Amino acid sequence: MSGVSAGRVSTGRVSLVIVSHSEALATGVMQLAGQMAPVVTILPVGGTDAGGLGTSFAKIAAALEEVTRDDGRAVVLTDIGSAVMTTESVLEVLGDTIRARVALADAPLVEGAVAAALAVAGGADLAGVLAAAQGACVSRARSGGGPGEPGMSKTVSEVHATIEVMNPLGLHARPAAALARAMSRLEATVTIDGVDATSVLELMALGATRGRRLKLVATGPQATAARDAATRLITSSLGEL
Amino acid sequence: MTVDVGWAIDWARRAAATVVEHRDELIELDRQIGDGDHGENMARGFVAVLARIDALTERPAQVGDVLRMVATTLMSTVGGAAGPLYGTAYLRAATVTAAPTLGPVDIVAMLEAALEGVVARGRARVGEKTMVDAWAPAVTEAAAAADAGGDPTAVLRAAAVGASAGAASTVPLVATKGRASYLGERSAGHLDPGARSTELLLVAAAEAASR
Repeated sequence: MSGVSAGRVSTGRVSLVIVSHSEALATGVMQLAGQMAPVVTILPVGGTDAGGLGTSFAKIAAALEEVTRDDGRAVVLTDIGSAVMTTESVLEVLGDTIRARVALADAPLVEGAVAAALAVAGGADLAGVLAAAQGACVSRARSGGGPGEPGMSKTVSEVHATIEVMNPLGLHARPAAALARAMSRLEATVTIDGVDATSVLELMALGATRGRRLKLVATGPQATAARDAATRLITSSLGEL
Repeated sequence: MTVDVGWAIDWARRAAATVVEHRDELIELDRQIGDGDHGENMARGFVAVLARIDALTERPAQVGDVLRMVATTLMSTVGGAAGPLYGTAYLRAATVTAAPTLGPVDIVAMLEAALEGVVARGRARVGEKTMVDAWAPAVTEAAAAADAGGDPTAVLRAAAVGASAGAASTVPLVATKGRASYLGERSAGHLDPGARSTELLLVAAAEAASR
């Protein structure tokens, strides 16, 4: 239905649904988030049935039925006002089975979609993706290149590294996404200059340009692997010249 | 004394007629403090409701069947905030009216469910210059009429009177919910278009019972 090909949603897999008053805005958010997490299913749902500005009950219902098929899960991100109310109405009408598989994020649309897409790519479940989306609204306030939490526990064995940023454009969106994806796959808690290394938004907010020396701290069973992977990615110019 | 499925159908027809008749007034009210689409959206939705009713091949068994049809039609055709708000109001009303006829107490329960739906969806309270300001006194007046032993017509008339007074009460209010809240103090001095359309719908319900 509505241009969505069947069979793309696999069992238990989390998809994203972008609900906007504007078809162009929904599509743009899908492209932006999809660029950083290419394997994630993101359905843009924008505009009225007639293609004007507004939200369409039928389009949202079709998208939610599609992504929850075969036990699929979905996080919905919305823009203003009636996008939220229309989505809630759709969930009320579609019933408990679909409602249990869908979470409506209270998150900024663009930042939330990017964070959610990366969480999906990192293998997060529905609750994890929702938390990533909703955590996106505090990222900007919390980050800023500070030293992080100085009183961090010393009883856990930590792996440290200082890594110099090599690529000319610094740790911008795509390299930050590659790094965050790599870190989220490992069983380790990693911070870089005090921010969560699995959060592309926090990494980007560091504003790390070429030549900056980043301090990495990793804990957990795969802490060493995380340090090595991060070092390789950052010093290899993150796949860019 | 009860109202029946025929009343629900007549209510929907009269609602459509009054919304279309007041289309320009709702547009103008919404233009003053909102985005100006309320009259157009409501008229489109209720014209679609009318089409669904005209297309009925047999009479629905329960009042709730008619209200559910109105709900799903409004949700899918109104657009804007009014679609999910009125859609949810009618949907919740439908869930408590799964019966061929409604007595005075059932009508109060129906209106309460509608109010709860609007509040749940819009997260607005009384005094925030929204349709809640019309729905809430409608429920209060209807409940008082039912307690006083009023028949369905008296209960629905009381609801309409409550909604009219409630709508009028929005004029001096400053909006804190919905599009009008972006205007802040400048929203005062205008009748809220959602409260006005609620009044129109509940007056139509009373008229359908007064035939």
